[in-house]
Amino acid sequence: MKAAPFAYFRPASLEEAAERLGSNADDGAMILAGGQSLVPMMALRVAYASELIDLNAINGLDQVAQGNGVLSVPSLVRHADFHRPSVARGPLGQALATLSRQIAHYPIRQRGTFCGSLAHADPSSEWGVLCAALDAEIELLSATGRRRVAAADWWLGAMETVREPEDIIAAVHLPLLSDDTCWGFYEFNRRAGDFALGMAFCSYRLENGRIVAPHIALGGIEESPRRIPQAETALKGALPDAETFEAAAAAATDAITPLEDPGTPAAYRRDLAGTVVRRALQASAQPKRAYAEMPA
Amino acid sequence: MSEPINFSLKVNGATYSLTCPPRKTLADALREDCGLTGTHVGCEHGVCGACTVVVDGRTVRACLMFAVQSEGAEVRTVEDLTKDGALSPLQQAFIDNHALQCGFCTPGFLMLITGAFERDPDISEDELTELLSSNLCRCTGYRNIARAVLQAADEIVAGGRNIGHQPNAEVR
Repeated sequence: MKAAPFAYFRPASLEEAAERLGSNADDGAMILAGGQSLVPMMALRVAYASELIDLNAINGLDQVAQGNGVLSVPSLVRHADFHRPSVARGPLGQALATLSRQIAHYPIRQRGTFCGSLAHADPSSEWGVLCAALDAEIELLSATGRRRVAAADWWLGAMETVREPEDIIAAVHLPLLSDDTCWGFYEFNRRAGDFALGMAFCSYRLENGRIVAPHIALGGIEESPRRIPQAETALKGALPDAETFEAAAAAATDAITPLEDPGTPAAYRRDLAGTVVRRALQASAQPKRAYAEMPA
Repeated sequence: MSEPINFSLKVNGATYSLTCPPRKTLADALREDCGLTGTHVGCEHGVCGACTVVVDGRTVRACLMFAVQSEGAEVRTVEDLTKDGALSPLQQAFIDNHALQCGFCTPGFLMLITGAFERDPDISEDELTELLSSNLCRCTGYRNIARAVLQAADEIVAGGRNIGHQPNAEVR
C-alpha cells in the first residue's frame, strides 16, 4: 500500500513543467495536480510513475477567469472552489456548485482538481458529464505548443482520452449560461460519495414556452460521457412537461451502449439511463437550491 | 532519481527539517519523522480518513499527499487541539457524548470537523451529515459523533464559532 519509488520535480511555471514532461514522458513521467486519484492508484500499484512533476507550487493556476462568455478553469482549481455559486456568473455558477458537492467527499474536494478529473477520465466524473453536455474545450500544453480539443473529441473510452503523455491540461473552458437557461442534474449511486452508477446533466432555454437549444449528456452509463442526440431531438420544440421528459428518457434508453460490471448488468444501467435523464429534466423545471455564500 | 529530498515544513507551529524519499506520504512522515503519532494511518488510499489533517487551511487526507509536497506548508494535526493540557471544546464534546469507542478514527474525525468548521463556520446540519460521511468509524458511532459536533458548535457560537481551541473559551 505504498507507492513504488519515483523521482520528484517541482517546476515554477507551466512551461517548465511542459518542458520536463516533454523530456521524461517516454520514461513514464506524469503530472501531479490534486493527486486524489493518481496517488491512491500508485499506492495500490495500478499506476507507476518514473517521475512526478508536481504543479502545486506554480502560481496563478488556482483562480477561474470569466470573459467573452467563457469560464476558464486552470490546472489547480480544486473541486471545493466551486462550492460557492458566485464562482461563475448566472446558472453556470449554480450548476457548478451543485455538481461539486456530489464529488467524492469534502477532504477529497479540497485537493482534487477540475482539470485532473478530465485527465483521469473516469466515466463517472461529474465534471466529465458537465463538459460533455456544455461542449467545453480542453486546452492542452506541451513543449511544442498549445492546442484545444472539443469535449466531443476528448474521450476515447473509459479512463482514456486523446491527451498524449507529454500533454498537460492547462485549462478547461466552459460556456457561461445565459440567465434564462434552465438546467438540471441527477446522479445515482449506492452510497453518498461513491462513484456514481449513472448521471445526467441537461440544459435548455424556453421560447414561447417551448424548449430550444436542448443539451443533455449522460455520465457513468457508457465508457465515456457524451451528449445523447436522440434525447435532445425528443426535447426540441416540445413543452417542458412530464410527457416530453418521458419521451427523452425513452430515447436515451434506446440510444446507448451501457457499461457492465460484476455488480451491475448492462440492462440495469440501460434502465438507469432513462431514470437519470427523466430526473435531471424534472430537476430543470424545479427551483434551484440556494447555497450560502460560504468560503470553499 | 528517487533519492531522499531535504525539505522543511511547519507542523503545529514548529519547524521540522526532514529528509524523505518522494514516495513517503505526509501521514507516514508526520508519524515517523516528526514523531507525531496522533495522526493515524488506516487504508492508505484515501477512503477511511483516519489520517485527516489540515494543510494550509484545507482539510486533506495525509495519505494522499507525498511529504515532499508539504515543503513550506503549515500543517495542523490532532496534537494541536489541546493547549496547556486543556481539551478543545470539540474534544470535550466527544467525551461528553461518547463519540469515541475504540478511538482509532477519532483523530481523523477531530481534524475533519475542526478544519471544515474553521473554513465554513455556518455549516448546516445537512452539510454536517455529508461532511461526517467523509470518514469511516468502524465502531459505527456516527450518531454520537454528530451529537458531539452539534454540542461543540453550540458552545462555540459565542467564541467566534471556531470549533478548534479557543484560548479564552471556557472548557468544562
